[in-house]
Amino acid sequence: MIPAAFEYHRPVDVTSAASLLRRLGDEARVLAGGHSLIPMMKLRMAAIEHLIDLQDIDALKGISIDGDTVTIGAMVTQAELIAHEGLAKVAPILREAALQIADPQVRYMGTLGGNVANGDPGNDMPGLMQALGAAFLLTGPDGAREVAARDFYEAAYMTAREEDEILTAVRFTAPPGGYAYEKQKRKIGDYATAAAAVLIGKEGGRVAHASVAMTNLSDTPVWSPAAAKALTGTDCGPEAIRAATEAALADIDPTEDNRGPVAFKRHVAGIIITRAIQRAWSRA
Amino acid sequence: MNDLSPSREERIANLKGLGCSRKRVEDVRFTQGKGNYVDDIKLPGMLQGDFVRSPYAHARVISVNKEAALALPGVIAVLTAEDLAPLNLHWMPTLAGDKQMVLADGKVLFQGQEVAFVVAEDRYIAADAVELVEVEYEELPVLTDPFAALESDVVLREDLEGQSAGAHGPRRHHNHIFLWEEGDKAATEQVLDSADVVAEEMIYYHRTHPCPLETCGAVASMDKVNGKLTLWGTFQAPHVVRTVASLLSGIEEHNIRVVSPDIGGGFGNKVGVYPGYVCSIVASIVTGRPVKWVEDRMENLMATAFARDYWMKGRIAATKEGKITGLWCHVTADHGAFDACADPTKFPAGFFHICTGSYDIPVAYVGVDGVYTNKAPGGVAYRCSFRVTEAAYFIERMVEVLAIELGMDAAELRRINFIRADQFPYHSALGWEYDSGDYHTAWDKALAAVDYAGLRREQAGRVEAFKRGETRKLLGIGLTHFTEIVGAGPVKNCDILGMGMFDSCEIRIHPTGSAIARLGTISQGQGHATTFAQILASEIGLPADSITIEEGDTDTAPYGLGTYGSRSTPVAGAAAAMVGRKIRAKAQMIAAWLLEVHEGDLDWDVDRFVVKGAPERFKTMKDIAYAAYNQAIPGLEPGLEAVSYYDPPNMTYPFGAYICVMEIDVDTGEHEIRQFYALDDCGTRINPMVIEGQVHGGLTEALAIAMGQEIAYDDIGNCKTATLMDFFIPTAWETPNYTTDFTETPSPHHPIGAKGVGESPNVGGVPAFSNAVHDAFRAFGLRHAHMPHDHWRIWKIANQLGLHG
Ligand SMILES: Cc1cc2nc3c(=O)[nH]c(=O)nc-3n(C[C@H](O)[C@H](O)[C@H](O)COP(=O)(O)OP(=O)(O)OC[C@H]3O[C@@H](n4cnc5c(N)ncnc54)[C@H](O)[C@@H]3O)c2cc1C
Repeated sequence: MIPAAFEYHRPVDVTSAASLLRRLGDEARVLAGGHSLIPMMKLRMAAIEHLIDLQDIDALKGISIDGDTVTIGAMVTQAELIAHEGLAKVAPILREAALQIADPQVRYMGTLGGNVANGDPGNDMPGLMQALGAAFLLTGPDGAREVAARDFYEAAYMTAREEDEILTAVRFTAPPGGYAYEKQKRKIGDYATAAAAVLIGKEGGRVAHASVAMTNLSDTPVWSPAAAKALTGTDCGPEAIRAATEAALADIDPTEDNRGPVAFKRHVAGIIITRAIQRAWSRA
Repeated sequence: MNDLSPSREERIANLKGLGCSRKRVEDVRFTQGKGNYVDDIKLPGMLQGDFVRSPYAHARVISVNKEAALALPGVIAVLTAEDLAPLNLHWMPTLAGDKQMVLADGKVLFQGQEVAFVVAEDRYIAADAVELVEVEYEELPVLTDPFAALESDVVLREDLEGQSAGAHGPRRHHNHIFLWEEGDKAATEQVLDSADVVAEEMIYYHRTHPCPLETCGAVASMDKVNGKLTLWGTFQAPHVVRTVASLLSGIEEHNIRVVSPDIGGGFGNKVGVYPGYVCSIVASIVTGRPVKWVEDRMENLMATAFARDYWMKGRIAATKEGKITGLWCHVTADHGAFDACADPTKFPAGFFHICTGSYDIPVAYVGVDGVYTNKAPGGVAYRCSFRVTEAAYFIERMVEVLAIELGMDAAELRRINFIRADQFPYHSALGWEYDSGDYHTAWDKALAAVDYAGLRREQAGRVEAFKRGETRKLLGIGLTHFTEIVGAGPVKNCDILGMGMFDSCEIRIHPTGSAIARLGTISQGQGHATTFAQILASEIGLPADSITIEEGDTDTAPYGLGTYGSRSTPVAGAAAAMVGRKIRAKAQMIAAWLLEVHEGDLDWDVDRFVVKGAPERFKTMKDIAYAAYNQAIPGLEPGLEAVSYYDPPNMTYPFGAYICVMEIDVDTGEHEIRQFYALDDCGTRINPMVIEGQVHGGLTEALAIAMGQEIAYDDIGNCKTATLMDFFIPTAWETPNYTTDFTETPSPHHPIGAKGVGESPNVGGVPAFSNAVHDAFRAFGLRHAHMPHDHWRIWKIANQLGLHG
């Protein structure tokens, strides 16, 4: 597990990072926390000749909360997401989800930007960002643009980000109401067997709005508008939850791996989705 | 006039001898990151080795092209089987009487097998060069199932073709290694045929891996000027490695120095001899420079030392009342590509025939078929004394299955079948002599401690609540009463590569009353420097804090067979006690001379010899040590040193009663361990705190094995579990709270009555966890389901029992 040789670059602003990316082309990759990229390099599954380390770029750091608009810099670590009191108030689901990622050592290094840009269906933040309806801010040599998280993921490790673009921040509107991030994994440090993010707003004892998304149950994160529809307007009783779970399960396509065969994963996914809805409703 | 203070109690406490929870002296350096491991060794001019490994489980090697690799700046050499053949080192003998390829000789037989050894100026260049070695393979059919292998026309070991017998007798098929049998087959089958009740089950103890924190590695340094080879390595048996290295290389044994520095866990992984050791030695001889090889985690999991992989078919007979009348077992043992099991030579299935366990079973039979497959070689005793884990799991599952067959409570079934305290020494049907035990006392204590009857009531209530739809969680009560067999072993029947399995201790007392003692064992985390000093302290009356313990350097330590199979305390610990007694005998003569009395007029009292009837007249060991160096004592040599080689008269038989209470989520397959009670009886307890630490560690490894840890292959022999993402090592998060307890039944033949303990928790823990899973589903008709009990396999049990609606 020894990586091949590479050149190391450490720009101090986004523009120079982006122009390095353009100049060096597909031989280059940006490095955030390195906890997905470096294992790939050590396994020699990724041959990367130039690493562009983003850690000296201040513009990629920090969490800002402006009214109900939350903007999180790409280089904010998972540990920082957990520790941020303001964020815990307006969007506690981030802390709940981040606490279920790996272990403290990984979370001190792993970043939000790396987690969402990576494109690994096992990463938890992309699923959560589906539920939140977040936007990803990208900057390339030709300027900046925004892509909706729900349009970002194309296939495993394939995203809407151009090769010379840098993801600078994630932005979303703080979700009112109840929330839950529910995850089953074999052990600490494991990716999800199944995970679900659920947001529910309650008015007059009924579901006013809902959002349901899932992690590691397809080759991309899954957002299920049908599941949300099945909940909206109901009292979130057993019938509604069953219907929503059914709807969500219709949107997934899990594959067999060491965690188990497809039948098991589908069954567990149903349990996890149900539990997430119940917990989110209990907090709504 | 001597001062009579401090009091006797204070003097005993001051020694920190037997029974004292003395803090581990090793931990000062380990907890500060100041240990010195093989990979910490850096020598001037040292080169780095790395392997080209086979991506295929079975393939012919058509060609190996080294050109591109050799052209890379910094690459010194690329060794293949062809280069080793002139030295006759392309194959090496295994501990099990087979041979193993050091580097692929014409074909590869498992994924990850060593094909070429690259030697380069640094670790990075070596890894780059590995990529540049071009190997052409022709794939061959792969056999991963031992039952299929015994039927298949595919010949795995072409080198053995035409050999109808191996080291352990006849081979009946080209993929067959041996059939080993013990007990009375005909009599056992007769009992089974006429029994009231017979329970039958196939019990698979899956393949797993010891996976120590530190992987295997070595640094070889051949000094061409003085002809000396120094070999540092992760060796659990450094002296044996020296002998083997001498026999293989032709270098005289006095010119080889083997050093095991600090070892970061062994668990059996570091008993065997691996190609990496041989290649580093050859590379150092060829290049004249030191060569280091350290495997990475994936190499460790894929290529060095798997454990278990036993398919155990069992039949157990009993009367209607539940008295066991006979036990029959046939094992199909998957040994992988080479038979590299680490067992005493005469025991190709280790001590598996301890499988009658804690029960008085009048007649029994065991047969074990060893089989070649396209998997990594190994078969080591992973925190286990040579297949005792498999044996304990087998009998503790069979007893549970019998309880189901009889409709009996499994605790009661055990109780009526235990060997009684008055039956010791007990001769088992499979040929062992159990030294001591009191199983009923331990069992009753354990059941009372957990309120067994209360737990059963709660469980019955839970089953009812489940059936009413009020809960989706079941409660399992996992019982185990295990008997271990440790302390290999008597030289008359135990050897490794011909070396008798005695062990040794040598001590030098310094003039000022401190000492250094060296032993033939080597700690890998067991805390020998702490506990052996305690044994000596109680024997010689010098404080443990004044005794340095050294192990692992063959130039200084006396010959011993190393540390594995819980043998250190039973064998080397006994040698330490015996060497202490030799010191005391001489000390008594010195004291007699100093006190001007006859030796027989002296009594030993904690740390001194006292004149009988005159308590104020004594000489402390400190006084005596000084006198040994500064007085001319008629008839006595100066100095105070001794050495003892201890050949144990028997094994020791630790035992224990474990109870695990587990909650199981029927829908997700997740579990939660609510309570784990572990009672261990390891005879005389040297250091209760170290025992507790060993029990915690062993239980945690047992938890891993029972609940998820495995080495798994797909149909074409790809190892699916080669990283710690998929290979389960529990963290603090998954590890439950353990309650430890004990009874103390000394071994009658060990000088201080001690038995081993390091492996007991792994031997007893696995069936306790597994039985808890089974027990949770007993009310719904489960008889047996194979480990590991990870989420999806538990879910599958529930699913097959129709519990998902
Ligand atoms: C043992 C272990 C367990 C883990 N378990 C989990 C888990 O349960 N759940 C989970 O979600 N994650 C898990 N992870 C992954 C961890 O959270 C990673 O840190 C994360 O996925 C990637 O973040 P990073 O900062 O390390 O990114 P890096 O590894 O540095 O980068 C990942 C990829 O994203 C690209 N990238 C990074 N930042 C940017 C950017 N700003 N713009 C454009 N591209 C960028 C990189 O070029 C690279 O291709 C685990 C990791 C480990 C080692």
